Amino acid sequence: MNTALTLAEQILSYKAAKTVLADEIVVVEVDQVMIVDSIAPDVIRIINEDLGGEIKFPEKISIVIDHVSPASNIEVAKAQKQAREFAQKHAIKLFDVGRGICHQLLIEEKRAKPGEIILGSDSHSTTYGAVSAFGTGMGASDIAMAASSGKTWLKVPKTVKVNFLGKKKKNVYAKDIALEMIRQLTADGATYASIEYHGLEDFSLSERMTMANLAVEAGAKVGLIPVSGLLLNDYNVPDWLFVDKDANYFKEIEIDISKIESVVAAPSFVDNVQTVKSIQNKKVDQVFVGSCTNGRLDDLHIVADILKNKKVAEGTRLLVIPASSKVLEEAVADGTFASLLASGAIFATPGCGPCMGRHMGILAPDEVCVSTTNRNFIGRMGSAQSEVFLASPATAAYTALRGFISGGENA
Amino acid sequence: MWIVPRIWKFTDSINTDDILPGKYAPYMVGEDVFQNYAFAHLRADFASNMQAGDILLAGKNWGLGSSREYAPKALKKLNVGAIIAQSFARIHYRNLVNLGIPAFTSYKAYGLFNDSENVSFDYKNAVLSSANHEIRLEPVPRFLQESLELGSVLEYYKKYRRFPSEDIG
Repeated sequence: MNTALTLAEQILSYKAAKTVLADEIVVVEVDQVMIVDSIAPDVIRIINEDLGGEIKFPEKISIVIDHVSPASNIEVAKAQKQAREFAQKHAIKLFDVGRGICHQLLIEEKRAKPGEIILGSDSHSTTYGAVSAFGTGMGASDIAMAASSGKTWLKVPKTVKVNFLGKKKKNVYAKDIALEMIRQLTADGATYASIEYHGLEDFSLSERMTMANLAVEAGAKVGLIPVSGLLLNDYNVPDWLFVDKDANYFKEIEIDISKIESVVAAPSFVDNVQTVKSIQNKKVDQVFVGSCTNGRLDDLHIVADILKNKKVAEGTRLLVIPASSKVLEEAVADGTFASLLASGAIFATPGCGPCMGRHMGILAPDEVCVSTTNRNFIGRMGSAQSEVFLASPATAAYTALRGFISGGENA
Repeated sequence: MWIVPRIWKFTDSINTDDILPGKYAPYMVGEDVFQNYAFAHLRADFASNMQAGDILLAGKNWGLGSSREYAPKALKKLNVGAIIAQSFARIHYRNLVNLGIPAFTSYKAYGLFNDSENVSFDYKNAVLSSANHEIRLEPVPRFLQESLELGSVLEYYKKYRRFPSEDIG
């Protein structure tokens, strides 16, 4: 009789060519190593100076210029130039300025597939769990060793099983559900663990990416969603990767989606989740729609539908940054781009935008931003005296219309 | 002159943006100066007033957030002696060990030592002591100890051409 395994255990057992369980340590080959612009200088230096310039599988590496894109100063421009030259020298796939955000691109380009191990030099690499890939973030040393050797070491995570029940109310979106999950688990409730999401069969790929993206905000190493529903048309699932009901979960929680309302994560922790209704008369200076969490075409559609034939409130800026050039092109082709412009939205180059406070929409002291991103830490998007409320694209749109924090329930 | 290390006491949930804000990444401001922005939002006096060997003491979930290795690298460049927390976030803990920064878990230490207090720290036995208290901390997992001793995971990898965990099992 075979041991029942969690999705994380199945993937790591397959890669290790032996059955491994939670808390064991494995050394495995990785399928993809993703390097972002802001970490590339360290990774390149380590590869060249410590690892003899060796790259075993250049075809398994992606370099993405997204965290400051286009370059905002000379320091950044020099680092990006170096990253381009390194990519060219080693025949590594480069996604240059304007192509979009790393996680969006790896999924769009099918460089992350079910059952694979994807290491990213970005903590939101849990996003790849949307397609049942073991995606996890690591720092420059680990990423450089993996890029050079093609391997890494991993502790097999124990698994938190989250069972989602029921249907979303009107005005409630994947972002609200993910934030409610983080409120329940808390910011360290899944530390070192895998979150396995069950009951999301009806969720689109984009919604699954939002859900898996935020797994790290509960401290998780990986956030795995079984491939199901419409995704089965687009992805081949290896036969060894399946939900085994008898697998050993260290924690199990149930979330009734039908009870969830529009929420925000109020400053300055992602698990500080409150209903939009409970926040009264909070004036907002900037609304940002974008990021690896919520910058996709369906997110832009939600915002455009709410703003259709209406204008952004005076005194509030609405900044929209598509997650990739493909999202931008599609939004142009289907009229979403023009509709948002007519409502008063400002657009910027596909990429991470102001998410981590480096460019394209930095906040002044005392300014308030409602953002569809994933972190609201002190000073995250600019001044340490500014405030960031994380929200769904719908809440962002209603807020942009009124100039005060508002959800669909206020409309 | 021998400088006695002091405690810098932090709260729960110190995130990577607190340790080093993204806008002050080496990528933005240059490799030579970024460490001067450690805790820029939270404790602006830290980088200029801390002394090599000082001990950071924190509550739970130290280092939540980003995978940015340059956050612990800033602490390494400032020669922080050790970080003692009630718990650590996953990616950050691995980054600390990879960079050879001693990181110890202790639930009790937080209540026993005060900010600014002078302490001595026995790295070998993981014992932290002040005039009033002495506590033994949970050691770093054995398979990671040698990379700490060698100074970084890269030194370990260069020496053995294998990962620390390959010694076990």
